Amino acid sequence: MDILAGLAEGFAVALTPLNLGLLIVGCFFGTLVGALPGIGPINGVAILLPLAYSLGLPAESALILLAGVYYGAEYGGRISSILLNVPGDASAVMTTLDGHPMAKNGEAGRALALSALASFVGGTAALVMMTVFAPFLGRVAVGFGPGDYVALMVFAFSCLATLVGSRPLKTIIGVVIGLMLATIGIDSATGVMRFTMGIPNLFDGMEFLIVVIGLFAISEALLLLESWTPVASTIRAQRDNIGERVREIVGYRWTMARSAVIGFFVGVLPGTGASIASAVAYGVEKRMAQGDDAMFGKGDPRGLVAPETANNAAAAGAMVPMLTLGIPGSGTTAILLGALLLFNVTPGPLMFEQRPEVAWGLIASMYMGNIALLVLNLPMVGIFARLLSIDTAYLVPLVVMLTFVGVFSLYGATFDLVLMLILGFSGYVLRKLGFSLAPVILGLVLGALLESNLRRALSISAGDWSILFETPAAIVFWLLAILVATSPLVMRVRRRKAT
Amino acid sequence: MKSLKTALAALVLAGFALPAAAFEPERAECIAPANPGGGFDLTCRVAQRALEPALPSPMEVTFMPGGIGAVAYAHMNSNRIDDPNVIVALSSGSALNIAQGKFGADFDENDARWLASAGADFGAVIVREDSPYQTLGELMEAAKADPTGIVLGAGGSIGSQDWMKAALLMRTIGVDPRNLRYVAYEGGGASKAALLGGQIDVYTGDVSEMAGELGAGTMRILAVLSEERLPEPFAGFPTAREEGYDVVWTIFRGYYMGQEVSDEAYDWWVARFEELYGDPRFAEIRAEQGLFQFDMAGAEFDAYVKEQVASFRDLAREAGLIQ
Repeated sequence: MDILAGLAEGFAVALTPLNLGLLIVGCFFGTLVGALPGIGPINGVAILLPLAYSLGLPAESALILLAGVYYGAEYGGRISSILLNVPGDASAVMTTLDGHPMAKNGEAGRALALSALASFVGGTAALVMMTVFAPFLGRVAVGFGPGDYVALMVFAFSCLATLVGSRPLKTIIGVVIGLMLATIGIDSATGVMRFTMGIPNLFDGMEFLIVVIGLFAISEALLLLESWTPVASTIRAQRDNIGERVREIVGYRWTMARSAVIGFFVGVLPGTGASIASAVAYGVEKRMAQGDDAMFGKGDPRGLVAPETANNAAAAGAMVPMLTLGIPGSGTTAILLGALLLFNVTPGPLMFEQRPEVAWGLIASMYMGNIALLVLNLPMVGIFARLLSIDTAYLVPLVVMLTFVGVFSLYGATFDLVLMLILGFSGYVLRKLGFSLAPVILGLVLGALLESNLRRALSISAGDWSILFETPAAIVFWLLAILVATSPLVMRVRRRKAT
Repeated sequence: MKSLKTALAALVLAGFALPAAAFEPERAECIAPANPGGGFDLTCRVAQRALEPALPSPMEVTFMPGGIGAVAYAHMNSNRIDDPNVIVALSSGSALNIAQGKFGADFDENDARWLASAGADFGAVIVREDSPYQTLGELMEAAKADPTGIVLGAGGSIGSQDWMKAALLMRTIGVDPRNLRYVAYEGGGASKAALLGGQIDVYTGDVSEMAGELGAGTMRILAVLSEERLPEPFAGFPTAREEGYDVVWTIFRGYYMGQEVSDEAYDWWVARFEELYGDPRFAEIRAEQGLFQFDMAGAEFDAYVKEQVASFRDLAREAGLIQ
């Protein structure tokens, strides 16, 4: 009953008026940061970190504030994905696939409410899993070697194949473009520069956020300009009945259960994170719906619920290695870890013993944060949905301005703005040619991970490829990959036999 | 009229008096050439906190990530080349990158005024708690017998500081660093995870990273790569030198300024850091950030950094990393 005692202590910390206030401030700020295209959780936490430090807050309060931002951003990211087809951050890319079509069909309110509820369920389910399994999972996560990662990435790629729809070749080309972008920068294994053209801003590779913003936001703005019809006429904002949505979401309980588990476990693995979790969850859901998946990509609520459940679950999962082992699972948790150091809390296996108020306080505050975010988000659905009635003449400049501010705030480099525009025009051309942009982003995210882990695996095994099939976990992922990749074929054969 | 004349006279006098008045930064700034939370951030926080009493207004910490300092170096050499108010955090990793030409072909170690140190960290040879190697000697003997039998890993690519530590150690027993089985991870955290997960056998990391692991029963330090034994809580760990392997790896942290900053401004900053080195409050701030004592400022530090870059350049050439 150590866990319950710890959690009780945590709630005692999280429920003090100061910490509760900070949590709500953090959640609100996080939602805002997540909703604004270009400013993601990393920036949000990075902006508030110096502030929290200079305010002289105690470590647990500062961490609660920052975690609220982190968490809020995962809720906020969906808003612009659904309304504008512009992901608020990289993990909300998948949300655009069905979320935006729903909004176009006049169901913006429904999509926003459903996704808020799905986020809540995903986040809370992951927290429960984290509370119960954290110490055990931390150990499992480190046992996950480069060979296992390679198998997981192959599985994720096979899930990507489900995004194909009617244009398999275009999806593959999109993924390859993403993979090519992933090779830019200093090679992580040998330190050799690749395709950097001597530009220091490219040494660290393509920043995901700039690619996401460029491809999605700028190209969307260009498309809006081109069509020049007021958005209000194509998308009608409407009031939505929350009670009805709650009843509806219960109908998706199995979608959410699967997605929460996938999201949480992918999130726990260091280095993967919410974008991959949501892609896998989406792919699995589409496969599960086989025969009944015609609406995926055109506004199927399951295609919205699955990635939103998974990315919030992954956000919680990423905290597991950070809290139990002092190892950050994602870019944002790396900053949170830095924040711990700044406040003289040494993260690591002993943190739960040495500073329980910080560790458990943080976990308890995440439970509270989920509730706070749901309460904050549901009433705002109508307000957000009304954003769509803004005339294109105002909306486009507003979006473009936000993207410029967001991208510039990353590193303060004009080079990034130029890069964003180049990517934006390329994205526009791709969309005109009938390409979907999500595969490009996923190719970029997955490609970097696949490459570095493949090379790690091979340097460990001194070039022996059998390391990729050595562990049970790896074999399971390879089998799943084969299953997912071949199931359409199998289904087709069966259907043919049946008729 | 008289009052105007007096005012004019006062102005003229003030005009003459100004150059004589000592330099003082107007809006001091420390650039951390990385994202918040990392080592460069901590380096800037040390300056921010320690220099607070010496500055007219609090020092601002700004972030400029990119190329492990390359973007900030280029920035300092274009926009802020003579800005007397800004200092930039640096580490021995920056010196290593300069030596290997990773700060761009246009820049080398003569394109900055190396200002002062903040402190230092030292390399450490780390294994899992249940590792068969109890001493550095045992590990080195095993490596000598079969250089490819041991998987080394750390948080940097081939040619990085962590790789250099491994390469230097192996050189002492005549093993060519190019034959190492070395695995590059992204940062110390991921390397520790790989060590705990059993993917690598040895992690050539830093001493300060181990502060949270001491007594946790997860990893052990076989040796530290410092000249002499470190203070508590690390006093129990032998140096590699004691064990008979002459390898020292000092990870220094410090600051630099633009190369055209006036001597007056440079000297003012040097004097502030020299004051700090005698201040017990500074020692406390430094220790809180996991840094050990390493006091060096002004011409001495400038010479030290340049000498380090030169020796890194030789090492890189020897290992075939650069021509």
